[in-house]
Amino acid sequence: MSSRFVRRAIGAACVGAVVLLAILGPWLIEADPLRQNLRAALRPPFGDDLLGTDHLGRSVLARLAHAARLSVSFGAASAASAALLGTGLGLVAALRGGIVDRVAGALCDATMALPGLLLVLILAAFAPGAFWPLYLGIALALWVEFFRLVRTVARSRLMAPEVEAARLFGFGDLHIVKRHLLPHLLPALGALFAFGFGASVAAVSTLSFIGVGLRPPTPEWGNMMTELLPYYDEAPIQLLAPAGLLFATVLGLQLLAGRDTK
Amino acid sequence: MGGVGRALADRLLQALFVALLVGVLCFFLAEALPGDQAFRIAAARYGEDMVSGIAADAVRAELGLDRPAWLRLADWLLNIARIDLGVSLVSGESVFEELVHQLGSTIGLSLAALALSALVGPPLGVFFALRAGKLPDAIGTAAAAALRALPSFAVGIALMLVFASWLAVVPAAGYDQPQSWLLPTTTLALGLAATSSIVSRQATLAVLQSSQIAFARTKGLGEFDVVRRHAVRNAAAPVVAYLGVQLVYLVEGVVVVESLFAWPGIGHALVHAVIARDIPMLQGTALAMGLLFVLLNAAVDFACRAIDPRVRHA
Repeated sequence: MSSRFVRRAIGAACVGAVVLLAILGPWLIEADPLRQNLRAALRPPFGDDLLGTDHLGRSVLARLAHAARLSVSFGAASAASAALLGTGLGLVAALRGGIVDRVAGALCDATMALPGLLLVLILAAFAPGAFWPLYLGIALALWVEFFRLVRTVARSRLMAPEVEAARLFGFGDLHIVKRHLLPHLLPALGALFAFGFGASVAAVSTLSFIGVGLRPPTPEWGNMMTELLPYYDEAPIQLLAPAGLLFATVLGLQLLAGRDTK
Repeated sequence: MGGVGRALADRLLQALFVALLVGVLCFFLAEALPGDQAFRIAAARYGEDMVSGIAADAVRAELGLDRPAWLRLADWLLNIARIDLGVSLVSGESVFEELVHQLGSTIGLSLAALALSALVGPPLGVFFALRAGKLPDAIGTAAAAALRALPSFAVGIALMLVFASWLAVVPAAGYDQPQSWLLPTTTLALGLAATSSIVSRQATLAVLQSSQIAFARTKGLGEFDVVRRHAVRNAAAPVVAYLGVQLVYLVEGVVVVESLFAWPGIGHALVHAVIARDIPMLQGTALAMGLLFVLLNAAVDFACRAIDPRVRHA
């Protein structure tokens, strides 16, 4: 059990560091992430800028911090939306059953028919470079996991004798959800949330890297890697830094979630 | 055989969902583009400076663009059902013909990656399980966990920088020589192998603790025979079933890896179609990738039934 504790601790440390950078970084670092200075292009680290400058002379540290804020808030927002939608629909489907359950199940099957990235790519064509298609697409791809978990667990919990007793006492759905369903669901929902969070952070960087996500000059880890890839020889640290942060975020969230979730 | 029919029906339904989802989204995408569709099509046909209101009206009447939206949507979906995918707005070629050209390289890359990961992942997983708790197991599972946390594009860049630019032993991108296959295939296979090694490790551990293994040992079989005769097939069932989940990763990875390595496949074309907003091409490539996903899923269904007789009789 101790190795499990170690994994969680490493995960919490990684995620904590990135979240701290996301919250405090843009405050503490004065440099403007968009301000170019071509005379100071590709400066090495540990000079005026802690992590050097990119090919347009922008502070890499400032860009990393602003990108961290973007990725963390994006991941949290899309995973939270997916969790709310999936949990809500799952509870309603399990409680109501019948036609509601069938319709929700069909929606779930329709979403799962297509790999999530394809859905996001088609949506991205609606508004290239915009924020909302990515958010919508990733949240739509993620809600299914929450829905399936909640529906399965809630169905079996609803058969339990204590739930029947609560019903006989005249308690309503809300009470049953709060007292008998959610406490059972919360640990698994937390793990799914961490996984979804990591998946959406990775997805937004991937999409930006291949040029269909957020566009330059937006500071975003995937974007920064695209821009700095041609300069891997002159500026290796500047290229490695966004990759390292992305890795730390996703690894940390996966460790927090625990293995075997997906 | 009712089980087979049921599984096939499920996959057919999935294929139908893919076609509907892609078709409807692309229809709305075409509707949402700025400007008057009739003017746009007239401009494409007769040249930008020959377009007049009269020409646009003629196009509108000819293509029925003034009909209500639901009729046009039905028309749009009927065209998909007839496999009439239109022509690319960029190259002017028939989308279907382009897809036929690209399909081979995409399927080749996917199968090569699947084969490589199957050669590496499960054997490593069994190896780790047999040494559970010892150093090789600890290192292996940590490496697999780290690999799973790296998005495929980052793995691809790392391989590209190390092997193509630093050591200069393989080409960084392209499709023209046999060595070109190495980097894209390895990139995809590494992610798949990381997951399948973890799943095989768990599955093997579970089987090794089961009573039939204890019995095989009690009757005096050597450790190698115990694993080969009694553990492998039992452990293979969950690993192959898990392949179904991994297919999502494979299809998404193909899109990313093809773009990164300039691989002339469907995923590469899909990303370009999104950037150019080439709707017929986008629709065609998304349909092809989606249907490829369904097809691979069906193959996994059948593999599961072949390996595990319990599924057949369930």
